Amino acid sequence: MSDHAATPAKTTSSSGFKIDFHIWGPVIALVVLVIAGAMMNPNFLSYGNVTNVLARSAFIGIIAVGMTFVITSGGLDLSVGSMAAFIAGVMILIMNALVPSMGVGIGIVLVGMASALVVGLAAGLVNGLLITQARIEAFIVTLGTMGIFRSLITWLADGGTLSLDYTVRELYRPVYYSGLFGVAWPIIVFAVIAIIGEIVMRHTAFGRHCAAIGSNEQVARYSAVHVDRVRLMTYVLLGILVGIATIMYVPRLGSASSSTGVLWELEAIAAVIIGGTMLKGGFGRVWGTVVGVLILSLIDNLLNLTDLVSPYLNGAIQGVIIILAVVLQRQKKAQR
Amino acid sequence: MSQAARRIEETVPVPKGQTVLAARAASRSFGPVQVLFDVDFELKAGEVHALIGENGAGKSTLMKILSGYLAPTGGHIELDGRRVDFASSDEAEDAGVILIHQEFNLAEQLSVEQNVFLGREIRKGFFLDHKTMRAETQRLLGELETKVSPTAKISEISVSDKQMVEIAKALSRNTRVLIMDEPTAVLTNREAEILFRQIERLKANGTAILYTSHKLDEIARLADHITVLRDGHRVANVDAGTMSEDQMAQAMVGRELSNIFPVKHEVGSAETVLSVRNLTVGSIVRDASFELKRGEVLGFAGLVGSGRTELMEGLIGVRDAEGTVEVGGKPFRLGSVKDARRAGIVYLTEDRKGRGLILTQGMRPNLTLLALDRFGKTMIDGKAEEAALDKAIKDFDVRAPTRSVLVGNLSGGNQQKLLLAKTMLAEPDIVIIDEPTRGIDIGTKQQIYQFIHALAGQGKSVIVISSEMAEIIGLANRVYVMRSGRITGEVQGADVNEDVIVRYAMGLEGRKFDSHE
Ligand SMILES: Nc1ncnc2c1ncn2[C@@H]1O[C@H](COP(=O)(O)OP(=O)(O)OP(=O)(O)O)[C@@H](O)[C@H]1O
Ligand SMILES: [Mg+2]
Repeated sequence: MSDHAATPAKTTSSSGFKIDFHIWGPVIALVVLVIAGAMMNPNFLSYGNVTNVLARSAFIGIIAVGMTFVITSGGLDLSVGSMAAFIAGVMILIMNALVPSMGVGIGIVLVGMASALVVGLAAGLVNGLLITQARIEAFIVTLGTMGIFRSLITWLADGGTLSLDYTVRELYRPVYYSGLFGVAWPIIVFAVIAIIGEIVMRHTAFGRHCAAIGSNEQVARYSAVHVDRVRLMTYVLLGILVGIATIMYVPRLGSASSSTGVLWELEAIAAVIIGGTMLKGGFGRVWGTVVGVLILSLIDNLLNLTDLVSPYLNGAIQGVIIILAVVLQRQKKAQR
Repeated sequence: MSQAARRIEETVPVPKGQTVLAARAASRSFGPVQVLFDVDFELKAGEVHALIGENGAGKSTLMKILSGYLAPTGGHIELDGRRVDFASSDEAEDAGVILIHQEFNLAEQLSVEQNVFLGREIRKGFFLDHKTMRAETQRLLGELETKVSPTAKISEISVSDKQMVEIAKALSRNTRVLIMDEPTAVLTNREAEILFRQIERLKANGTAILYTSHKLDEIARLADHITVLRDGHRVANVDAGTMSEDQMAQAMVGRELSNIFPVKHEVGSAETVLSVRNLTVGSIVRDASFELKRGEVLGFAGLVGSGRTELMEGLIGVRDAEGTVEVGGKPFRLGSVKDARRAGIVYLTEDRKGRGLILTQGMRPNLTLLALDRFGKTMIDGKAEEAALDKAIKDFDVRAPTRSVLVGNLSGGNQQKLLLAKTMLAEPDIVIIDEPTRGIDIGTKQQIYQFIHALAGQGKSVIVISSEMAEIIGLANRVYVMRSGRITGEVQGADVNEDVIVRYAMGLEGRKFDSHE
């Protein structure tokens, strides 16, 4: 018994000082980024810059909230970027087509928004049904629909750009550029969706079921969870959120082309993973995803504001952060 | 290190009775919770050493420490009298110390053969030598009289076959110390016999064997030496001959155990709550018909693989099934677990790790998953969940090191109690329990039997599937016996005894089968 102290090497430390990086890692990274940014460029924390960063990150953010549910339940959706482009194209075509009959007014914008939601829902439904009913891997299905949506928007735009009717654009502009009490609309919408998402994930049966399915589908099935229905719901939810993101995006440029929304899927997935959701499913947190989105767009912004590193290296830095995030997740599990 | 270890083994055969592996004042804590306290322990060549204790006593933990899966937080391990610090289970395996896990450690997507040679693939030059590996796997499985094909995928073979593959894997190595954590929990009697023969053979060859099981008759039969753990402390360390089964049970639990089985209730002419007519489940179960009465404990006996589990899984909707079912006199539509639950039928699976519990989550979400709708319409009421967890821990005597422990870190028996609590939270009228006491210690078994008895007393109906004959005989008012996917007999009253049941199960009595069977 006297040699207890002789084996300190492998003792698992359980002191209270240790910070749980799995939980706090993303938050710490975000705080560090903000402080570093403020020190490097006084403009960084200005109202204009903050609004700009947040408003731009809203599109990815809204999509990433939906992606959190998909990934938590063990799925994946690679099609969201092309889906956004496709929805944007359809929206613009519908609104332009309605100008002669409806005239330019609030009505036409509302129809445009509704069509974005419907197309998003339908696209999500297609993904979800192929995955749950035809039993094809999510990766394959959404890789396929990613190509299909991308090709459809290219075809719709005839290889060029679809532009929204000028007068409609003027009317629609404020949805992106104005706001409430000085907060831009995209930011408000993102915040509301994130809060609802967090509540749904943590406090409703749907969120619980997503985590259960992602952890062990069999257990979920034996526990009276409608596995296919919940799965389908996550893709439909994501489709609708892509529709909402597109509604916020179209007034910004007033156009859609084959290069709209390129790589959004990867940014959204990256944000989810950086936020601490497990890529293989079973555990997800929406607030983490929000932090992940902010980290990604702050880095982008910082590189543009300072001349420390070339902005062309943005992708490389994001890549490093994603890998780092996963390594930190891993560390916790490897403890023995 | 590995080379050195192999050489020792080749050149110095350890004489019988000499200590091979030992733990010296081994302790282990998980975070703030200590689960093993200064345990001294010696394993001798050519000897079967049994480690027994209640669920959560620390048996698996000690076994993992001895085999390099866990590091002790105090004390150390000695191999051949010298201190060793296994940095990993690989190092221990290289030194000839091999653990067969309580929970399976097989790669589900790989084949049997690939699993047996995982990490030690035989090569011919640059390429894998499939022929040799397949032949060797075939030989090992043959020795174990297991019919499973070396090319079958693990995810598609039965639980008991998986256990046999684990054993084959261990036998394929140069084993000096073989540690087995409840190997027979999922085996049929016949398979267990085969395992015992292998143990005798290894023992004769001078292998040191550490064995644990909650089946005390096995211990009495196999062990040369017995160590008893209680709450992480070693409370006995004796020669097997000096300890009877009753004494073992008493040493484990720390109190006297009598009347394991409660006196059965009279069912009499109670009404029928469940009636099943000609239920066919896939290609496994054919034309099963049975009835269940209020307040009855109905046993389902039969050999493993006779279709009992499949029958019940068809009934509750996790397998495709056809047939006429009435619950409480009303027609019942097959196919949905949720509908079954609404009709008051719940099923407790025999596969608690694969189908019963989410090992990577805590106790609370696991407990409430099946009956989540009871905790709020849209929002889940966290407080009510906590209260339910409190009650479950109390009612079912779940012993968890901490409240937030991941369910995968609970001891096997405590997982089973949690699963029972989860099932009962759905407030069923008809409870189907598949292997209620698999891997459960004798004291807890008694608790579970009392519990089943009490359920019946409250007017609920219980179906018990069990491969332990004593359990069926001790609990059931009436017994159906299955064989090859059919119900071949029904016994009740004085006929509920081993002889009659075995005759039906073996097909010596009862309905004739189709010739294609
Ligand atoms: N990784 C872990 N983290 C926290 N607690 C753990 C961990 N592993 C085991 N424990 C706890 O250690 C105690 C001993 O567990 P162990 O698995 O050794 O019991 P056991 O004797 O094998 O029981 P059983 O008969 O049920 O298999 C239990 O209370 C268990 O919950
Ligand atoms: Mg154990």
